[in-house]
Amino acid sequence: MPDAPGLELIRGEIERDHPGAVLATSFDRGQAALIADPEQILEVLRWLREEPGHRYRFLSSLHGVDYLPADPRFAVHYELLNRDRVERVRVKAMLADPAAEDALPAIDSCVELFPTANFQEREVYDFFGIVFRGHPDLTRILLPDDYVGWPQRRDFPVGGEPVTFTYNERRYG
Amino acid sequence: MADRTAEVGLSTDLLRTPDLNEDRTEELMTVNIGPHHPATHGVLRLVVELEGELVRGVKPIIGYVHTGIEKSCEDKSYWKVIPFVERMDYVSYFFQMEAYCGAVERLVGLEIPPRAKYLRTIFLELNRIHSHLVWLGTTALDLGAISMLWYCFRERDKILDLFEMATGQRMHTRYFQVGGVIEDIPVGFEQKCRAFAEEMPIRVGQYEALLDRNEVFLQRTKGIGIVDRERLLELGVSGPLLRAAGDPWDLRKAFDYLAYPEVDFKIPVGTVGDNYDRYRVRVAEMVESASIVRQALDLLENGPFIADDRKYVLPPRSELSTSMESLIHHFKLVTEGYRVEAGEVYYAIEGPRGELGCFVLADGSSKPARVHYRDPSFVNLQAFPEMALDSYVADMIASLGMLDPILGGVDR
Repeated sequence: MPDAPGLELIRGEIERDHPGAVLATSFDRGQAALIADPEQILEVLRWLREEPGHRYRFLSSLHGVDYLPADPRFAVHYELLNRDRVERVRVKAMLADPAAEDALPAIDSCVELFPTANFQEREVYDFFGIVFRGHPDLTRILLPDDYVGWPQRRDFPVGGEPVTFTYNERRYG
Repeated sequence: MADRTAEVGLSTDLLRTPDLNEDRTEELMTVNIGPHHPATHGVLRLVVELEGELVRGVKPIIGYVHTGIEKSCEDKSYWKVIPFVERMDYVSYFFQMEAYCGAVERLVGLEIPPRAKYLRTIFLELNRIHSHLVWLGTTALDLGAISMLWYCFRERDKILDLFEMATGQRMHTRYFQVGGVIEDIPVGFEQKCRAFAEEMPIRVGQYEALLDRNEVFLQRTKGIGIVDRERLLELGVSGPLLRAAGDPWDLRKAFDYLAYPEVDFKIPVGTVGDNYDRYRVRVAEMVESASIVRQALDLLENGPFIADDRKYVLPPRSELSTSMESLIHHFKLVTEGYRVEAGEVYYAIEGPRGELGCFVLADGSSKPARVHYRDPSFVNLQAFPEMALDSYVADMIASLGMLDPILGGVDR
């Protein structure tokens, strides 16, 4: 983990190359996070991956989060790992829920940078309905293809799914 | 040969080798394997493009055992989530518990007492041996070494007996708690566990004697399923698969957690990264794990097995009848649970299949707002098409076994 001053240094260096790419930083419970501008997420990730002296080359995890009452509501988290210095840093891209009825929040896909993101971005799409622009095969991964809804969103009810038993087969098919 | 045919009066026409390429087409055949197939180690479906016997493309299709565990966790108070997460990767349940409990402990800032650290280390390493035994037995079965299954499951049963002795359950033990472990180990457990840890390296030697000079096994594994180290890293592969390719990366060494900094163990690595190396690495890990168990048993000191913070940890049963304070704490903890201040933590440990990470988001209520598992099987499965490419169908099955995916963990 970079410590709090180290995180600010990283932020400063990214800001020098890409002004406005890092919106904020947070250092909470010993874990460092950069809150990145979703429009410039690829620049931030590429910088962290390629910049000599940093090289966070291993993407441990990519997951979606729904901070429901907050605005912007969604976030995509990138848990990056530098294996030489044994340091982790989290990059967060906050995404607002589009106002239009069927519109989905969207962000650039990082599969080109980190091929491991392929399945994980599909999982985030599957559960949160976050579209990854430029993903090679953005389809549902764990849920059936014809599933309607984004179940990991906080406003999707638990148990909102009818379960088919023999006696109610006709009703739910 | 030709003059002999004239001798017996056979027409040379009959002896001519038939044209083997007569029926061959260049067209690829698409074959569906699974989802219910004994060789897929769970409910995994593979859509395979075949050119004769050669695999020219694989697409794993997953999600058949998705049960929405991560969603269910959001509806349970913190301590009730533990039995849920255990059932994701159902072979390495102690690891699932440790990832979750460790994440919550980091969220609330709870230190666990030394005895709990050692106990957790002991159970994690026993679980690692258990997981590798299940892997070795079933994968050897795929390769035709049927007797391996019985030997491996014999030792696995001893581990399950140990789990049952300490926790009351053979699987899904719910033994780890936020703050420590739920109860102390019973009298006699130490001796039994030590006897097992002494015996295990001998048993591993016997497995090696069965497999290491088995010509069929060697031919089926050597040089098969190689993916180079750089590509594995790009694909996010960790654990024994990465180590078999020669990368000594192990979170137990890299990050300090539990009692790992205090015990002495080696990281087995391979050289080529073929299926044989994967087998060797895992088998060597079992010996190292047995050694960790022995060392942790030596270091085990008397003391509390769970933290003493009544805001998060249930008071001892005996206090309930005498202390009003304890009764109130107990009631509050069981009915509502404890509230966790808003924040988020990602905590990763070295599972038997690689980096097992747990992300917990707290929103200030008594239920987690998000529990996410970075499951190593799920991520590692992305390397499978490259492992199986241009190999025979039978070797594809071997590579899948060596990948060791647990579909409960993949689908969650």
